[in-house]
Amino acid sequence: MHISEGILSAPVLATGAALTVVGTAIGLKKMDYDKIPEVAILSSVFFVASLIHVPLGPTSVHLILNGLLGLLLGWSAFPAILVALFLQGILFQFGGLTTLGVNTINMALPAVVCYFLFRHAVTSENSWVEIGGAFCCGFLAVGLSGIMVALSLLFTGQSFINVAKLILLAHLPVMLIEGLFTVFVVKFLKKVKPEMLEVANATN
Amino acid sequence: MISEHLSEGTSYLHDFDPRLKIIVALIYSVTVALLTNFTLLFASLVFSLVLVTWGRLSIATVLKRLLVINGFVFFLWLVLPFSYEGKTLFEVGPLAATQPGVYQALRITLKSNAIILCLMALLSTSPTFMLVHALHHLKVPSKLVHLFFFTYRYIHVIYTEFTRLHTAMKVRSFTPSTNIHTYKSYAYLVGMLLVRSYERSKRIYQSMLCRGFNGKFHTLYHFESKPQELVSAAIMTVFVLLIAIGQWIPLGKILTF
Repeated sequence: MHISEGILSAPVLATGAALTVVGTAIGLKKMDYDKIPEVAILSSVFFVASLIHVPLGPTSVHLILNGLLGLLLGWSAFPAILVALFLQGILFQFGGLTTLGVNTINMALPAVVCYFLFRHAVTSENSWVEIGGAFCCGFLAVGLSGIMVALSLLFTGQSFINVAKLILLAHLPVMLIEGLFTVFVVKFLKKVKPEMLEVANATN
Repeated sequence: MISEHLSEGTSYLHDFDPRLKIIVALIYSVTVALLTNFTLLFASLVFSLVLVTWGRLSIATVLKRLLVINGFVFFLWLVLPFSYEGKTLFEVGPLAATQPGVYQALRITLKSNAIILCLMALLSTSPTFMLVHALHHLKVPSKLVHLFFFTYRYIHVIYTEFTRLHTAMKVRSFTPSTNIHTYKSYAYLVGMLLVRSYERSKRIYQSMLCRGFNGKFHTLYHFESKPQELVSAAIMTVFVLLIAIGQWIPLGKILTF
């Protein structure tokens, strides 16, 4: 969920920008030149996935997949998400320049957290651990993003409490879908290209 | 899907040095995002509209984008007026819309539209490749610039790949609905996209090495600001300074709403 321009207060915008600079610096440092095409292509997949709408009852939701991106990229998820969001900003004006920092940290921090929590679970031999890990990874990444969006609004002003609650509520079904989605994608990758999950484990 | 036709015009803003445009857009967005004074917010909206007119952007495209982006603002209008304490303006059932709530919603609406219009006028009038070049000249870390170029380039490739896979699903009578089958099919689609992208990225890196890639980034475009552009950028900066002064330095009560 992008927070649009003109809503958040100066301290929230500044904190978001500062944290994003730190995260991106770590991500760039850990990303060697030979990894650039890979990170860039996964960043474009992330961009394109956000254009895929999956049906949910009478409406539809678009995919976020930050948990999956975290699993595949580790710390490099920071620059990847930053770049995808910046391009969305200049191509469609979704998000913008001042909110770029906050929006990046809101999506990238959960991605990195889930990477450290679940990177071993998803490569486990035990299929229950694998399924559970993948589900929690997708589920939690979106959930944490929702909480961070809600907190960004709450730190801006207590009056955003209703908006924040509604946003959290709207994230619940998306969390379930993303959890399921991550399970299926991880299963698929394990069958077709298992090294994709292992490479990320080895390099970060 | 990813159209850049706003960047295909021939106005003065289209030829403008992208480095200056990025700097002005950045300081303008930051300043407007922090405004609270209504007079200044209206002034900024007018300023952004002047920029859009100056860039001779297609009105239909601008309106269409504004409509999409204002979705979140519209949602705030449904909630915010009822979330503040204060003088009641009108009531809907048990809920009372208060004056501070409506003011806050109005403030956010003006801010986001002013900023978005300015971004459209200044950033969307340059092709993305030029903007990224400009970022490079503005000393953004080279790895990040590389990432921008590659990502932007491959968004198109990946999107084409996605439409091909999606068409293949549709000709096999895939109809999306709310069930596990649909999610599984989409997940396999994304999985396939990831696998193909991964393999493509390996091939790309190999071919880069074949062409002598050593981590250096050779730029083809070098920008030079014409004196006239520097003057225009200075005028825009003066406007930003004026609204900043109006907001944070109390010049009597003339400017306050």
